[in-house]
Amino acid sequence: MSAVPPVTTAPRVPVADAVAAPVPVEAAAAVQAAPAQPPRRLERRHLVAVVVLLALACALPFFIANYRIFQLTLALAYAIALLGLNMLTGYNGQISLGHGAFFAIGAYTAAILMDKADWPYWATIPVAGVVCLAAGFLFGLPALRLEGLYLAVATLALAYAMPQILKHKAIEHWTGGVQGIVIVKPDPPWGLPISQDQWLYFFVLAWLVVLFVVGWNLLRGRIGRAMVAIRDQPVAAKAMGIDTAMVKSATFGVSALYAGVAGALNAIAVQFVAPDSFQPFLSITLLVGIVIGGLASISGAFWGALFIQFVPNVADQLSKAAPWALYGVFLLAFMYAMPFGVAGFVQRVAARFRRSPRGPA
Amino acid sequence: MNALLHQVLSGLASGGIYASVALALVMIYQATHLVNFAQGELAMFATYLAWTLIQAGVPYWGAFAITVACAFVAGVAIERIVVRPVENAPILAVVIVFIALLVIFNSLAGWIWTYTIKPFPSPFPSQPLFGNSYVSSHELGSMAITLAVLLLLFVFFRYTPLGLAMRAAAQNPESSRLVGIRVGWMLALGWGLAASIGAIAGMMVAPTVFLEPNMMGGILLYAFAGALLGGIDSPGGAVLGGFIVGVLENVVGAYVGTELKLTVALVIIVGVLVVRPSGLFGRVHVTRV
Repeated sequence: MSAVPPVTTAPRVPVADAVAAPVPVEAAAAVQAAPAQPPRRLERRHLVAVVVLLALACALPFFIANYRIFQLTLALAYAIALLGLNMLTGYNGQISLGHGAFFAIGAYTAAILMDKADWPYWATIPVAGVVCLAAGFLFGLPALRLEGLYLAVATLALAYAMPQILKHKAIEHWTGGVQGIVIVKPDPPWGLPISQDQWLYFFVLAWLVVLFVVGWNLLRGRIGRAMVAIRDQPVAAKAMGIDTAMVKSATFGVSALYAGVAGALNAIAVQFVAPDSFQPFLSITLLVGIVIGGLASISGAFWGALFIQFVPNVADQLSKAAPWALYGVFLLAFMYAMPFGVAGFVQRVAARFRRSPRGPA
Repeated sequence: MNALLHQVLSGLASGGIYASVALALVMIYQATHLVNFAQGELAMFATYLAWTLIQAGVPYWGAFAITVACAFVAGVAIERIVVRPVENAPILAVVIVFIALLVIFNSLAGWIWTYTIKPFPSPFPSQPLFGNSYVSSHELGSMAITLAVLLLLFVFFRYTPLGLAMRAAAQNPESSRLVGIRVGWMLALGWGLAASIGAIAGMMVAPTVFLEPNMMGGILLYAFAGALLGGIDSPGGAVLGGFIVGVLENVVGAYVGTELKLTVALVIIVGVLVVRPSGLFGRVHVTRV
């Protein structure tokens, strides 16, 4: 009897195997070329890199103009939303063209709490997250029955409907209708000798660190493997005892939570929410971000966020339409030439320069 | 009562437009099992082309014919050049390519023709026909054109060898190839036809919503709703679905508030997909495990 492995752990082993198994060649086209495994344990050099980057990120606001700090703050907020969307679309394979709607719900939750209920700005963030978690979970429940294209259609409809819903008269008392809500920029606490912009930057950075650590832990463990298994082999995943319905709608909820927190942080940084800031193209911007950054990658969120924050600023000088033309061209180019995004590209370049093959994880 | 009748009739008129776009969506779905998110922007771009031709002094129906022909060629070209490489790729890659097309056409139109709203002429007289007071002649005319397009398509698919070949290629590519049908080209032709139908819909809707790069955004959603309601693989169902959505949208807009028009589309889409994913006339899909 002692030779038999414990029964309770036995069913879990095949899941990991299925995930680690190479994807069939014909299915490996385009998207599947993205790194298929969930992130593994941090190796020491990764840890060093993260610490160095974090130190740089903390030092940066003391060397650049306030306006640049503000832009970086927005980019950090985008990075949170992108990680959320990437969990859903990159890791779990559910296509959402409507995450701008959850971004909007988060932003409005924060703004209404601050404007109508006089909440302090820092207390609105968790509420915005929870509201979006619930909204995402509820939208995810019917969305369970929708696969691939149909989910994309339904979420696209959500993206289009959201600005109209926000303008509706019945909730105008709360949302301020077309005018939107103006909120006050928070001052740094405890008499810290830094500017408002610098404080907001650190505030958003702190949330980002917390959410990324949580997200990384979620994705590298059992749940992350289940998510990838559902994306690649839904039938096999079910057969191995994964509660696909639960995992899919929970992923939808968590992903909406990230988008909502990002929206709330964005609203506080911009000090203004209005229905027209959340046009359907916002959702497409987020999709552009995860494709450019790298599908199914955590570091990709940063590349994508920098791209969607700064490339339009540069392209804007050419023409009002230029950023979107560029987005489109970049989307096509990345899908054909670099389906694993900037993060995948960086990984490959790094792998080429590394002499020794990667040791066992 | 008169007001309701008026709403229903103008709902039927806009329903005709949704039906045309829904038909274009269904054509591409039948051939490739893909949903073309760029359909609306293609139609918008074609309408701008027609506008440019008319501004240059080409008579309306001349511009109409040239636009439909150009849209056909563009549709075929897009299938051959852009869609082909991702034909067998995962759904996500295909959706991203379509979204890329959507933003490229949208921004190109804004770049070339600016974002200012432009009036677009209607080929029909401005007085209501037959002295009625319910429905304008443009609404009647665009309904007639929608139905004519539907009839032409039906005749084409039912009674011509090429139509038969296209249906065969969509239903059973392998067997079609064995009997000598060039399946790849049939798909490209389907794209061309869909682009032409979209162009006609764009030219019919432009006089009522005015010409601007974002004019088709909402219409594409209603068309999705119509196509799903009727059944995404049934052309006749899609047309009927388009008309139903048009009427619903107008009545809700009049009695509940215009702010919720797009929400109607959202509710229809999610409702149909959850309650009856195959639509009213679609085939029920069974997946083999």
